[in-house]
Amino acid sequence: MKHLTVANKAIALLFSAALLVACSGSDTKEEDEAAAAAAAAAASASAAQAAQAAQAAQGAAVSAEMAALEEAAASAGTVFYFEYDSANLTPEALDALNANIALLQRNNTNVRLEGHTDERGTREYNLALGEGRANSVRDYMVASGISGSRIETISFGEERPIAYGTGEANWSQNRRVELKLQ
Amino acid sequence: MKRLLTALMGITLAISTASAWAQLTIEISQGADNPTAIAVVPFAWQGVGVAPEEIASIVDGDLARSGQFVPIARADMLGNPTTEAEVFYRDWRSLSAEYLLIGRVSSEPSVLRIDYELFDVLRQAKVLTGYESGPASDARMLAHRVADAVYEKLTGVPGAFATKLLYISVDRVPGRNDYSRLTMSDSDGARPIVLFDTQEPLLTPTWSPDGKHIAYVSFETGRPAIYRQQIATGQREQLTNFSGLNSSPAWSPDGKTMAMVLSKDGNADIYLMDLATKKLTQLTRHYAIDTEPAWMPDGRSLLFTSDRGGKPQIYRYDLSSGKTDRVTYEGTYNARARVSQDGRSVVMVHQAEGRFHIAVLDLVTNRMQILTSTDLDESPSIAPNGSMVLYATKYKDRSILAAVAVDGEAKFRLPASQGDVREPAWSPYLPR
Repeated sequence: MKHLTVANKAIALLFSAALLVACSGSDTKEEDEAAAAAAAAAASASAAQAAQAAQAAQGAAVSAEMAALEEAAASAGTVFYFEYDSANLTPEALDALNANIALLQRNNTNVRLEGHTDERGTREYNLALGEGRANSVRDYMVASGISGSRIETISFGEERPIAYGTGEANWSQNRRVELKLQ
Repeated sequence: MKRLLTALMGITLAISTASAWAQLTIEISQGADNPTAIAVVPFAWQGVGVAPEEIASIVDGDLARSGQFVPIARADMLGNPTTEAEVFYRDWRSLSAEYLLIGRVSSEPSVLRIDYELFDVLRQAKVLTGYESGPASDARMLAHRVADAVYEKLTGVPGAFATKLLYISVDRVPGRNDYSRLTMSDSDGARPIVLFDTQEPLLTPTWSPDGKHIAYVSFETGRPAIYRQQIATGQREQLTNFSGLNSSPAWSPDGKTMAMVLSKDGNADIYLMDLATKKLTQLTRHYAIDTEPAWMPDGRSLLFTSDRGGKPQIYRYDLSSGKTDRVTYEGTYNARARVSQDGRSVVMVHQAEGRFHIAVLDLVTNRMQILTSTDLDESPSIAPNGSMVLYATKYKDRSILAAVAVDGEAKFRLPASQGDVREPAWSPYLPR
């Protein structure tokens, strides 16, 4: 927010400069016109400069903010994990998802949500369960203001494990939705 | 008992005609309690050149795999009769053989003929005479038909050896997607043929009731879709292309309709597709998961898996009334039902004490019996004669196929030479 304040100040300065030039007095009509033209030129020059500065400041501010959001999303990760036979978002998954949503609210990137399960249970049921997980993430994103048209979902069920072994240490890595930027 | 074990170990068959990949072998892990001792004598070869297959050992292997027979080891045989005149019952009685099968194989150009005779050793009587004939390239199938005839004569149930298996074999490729092959083999794992392969997932291979087509789910376009393929020509047709799930194809008994799972209207529900018009009818409409449709043999209702009660259980949808009833109550997870041809037995994946087993539910007595003692068992498929259930399980950290008799007694494994093997589908009886 600090950067935004700086940009606002630059815009304020620009307007006061233009106002000062426009108000300066003259004797003849020609002089007036010439002065006005000069003033206008000067004003537009300085306005352009100021606008450029403001834009740069604003740009810097926005990119700094985006960088912060990107960093937050990156550190939260783009993989959201689930409990066994559940498509409900866990508090940990919600934290990671919120960080990604904050970034997606500021850009136009389309995303693909890939739902996965562990190897327990049947393959077709897991295909549907993986879809349920991807849909849970999608529904939460839409409720958070991300347009549904930006989101594609697919389920791989248990067909694309991260960890091939058995046991909870492997299974917990496989019960997931992966968010992929398109 | 020692002889029985020797005999069982003797029938660990390496399948000679298989290619290097996904070669299945047979390991019989448990026989039935009181198997019938049968001596299958090497058949006489009366053709020109080298015999295309060793017919007697294929018959011998089939009967042993059923668990209901224990073959007499060849090394113990006191003679090798190939005609009735050469049969001395005394020799076979001394080996405790209850039955004796002899035969002769002859060939005319490109046509093979197998003549066989079955004797009851105790009653000293011939109980069956028959022959099979067909192209020499089909020698293995002819041998399986001989085994079918012997099995039916001695058990009263038609044999299911002259059938085929579908399964998915998967190789892990480091740094890339798994490589999946849809494979078809004989019922003993021999002669594997790859029908389709892709680096995207393949699921749920299934047979048309006439055994001429298959259907399956392929992610080859990047999304799941149902494909139908003609076995003889390899001709493929993409049947569905809806958003979301397109999966779990199941042919109706009359072959005209395919049940399937689509989620285009929100989440996984069961639909029917008229295969001639491609017209869809939605059967279930529930916010829970509805999946894995399986037809009852009379075609009037379908079983399916739903977690509408909180956990996956088997339900039945009646087509005429549109009513749904819950079928399973025992256990925290019952899924992927498959029904025997007589409509009485339902095999399924059943979770008991945290482990996933194959179980069979008798729809008449309502009794549930757990058939397997391994864990992570899945994808049960029942033989067309209802005798054996083929399924996938984990063995030594790999996915393999295994089979168990519907009564839970006999068991065998079909490990592959490499990679993972899963999702077996036993064919219906095949036309000659």
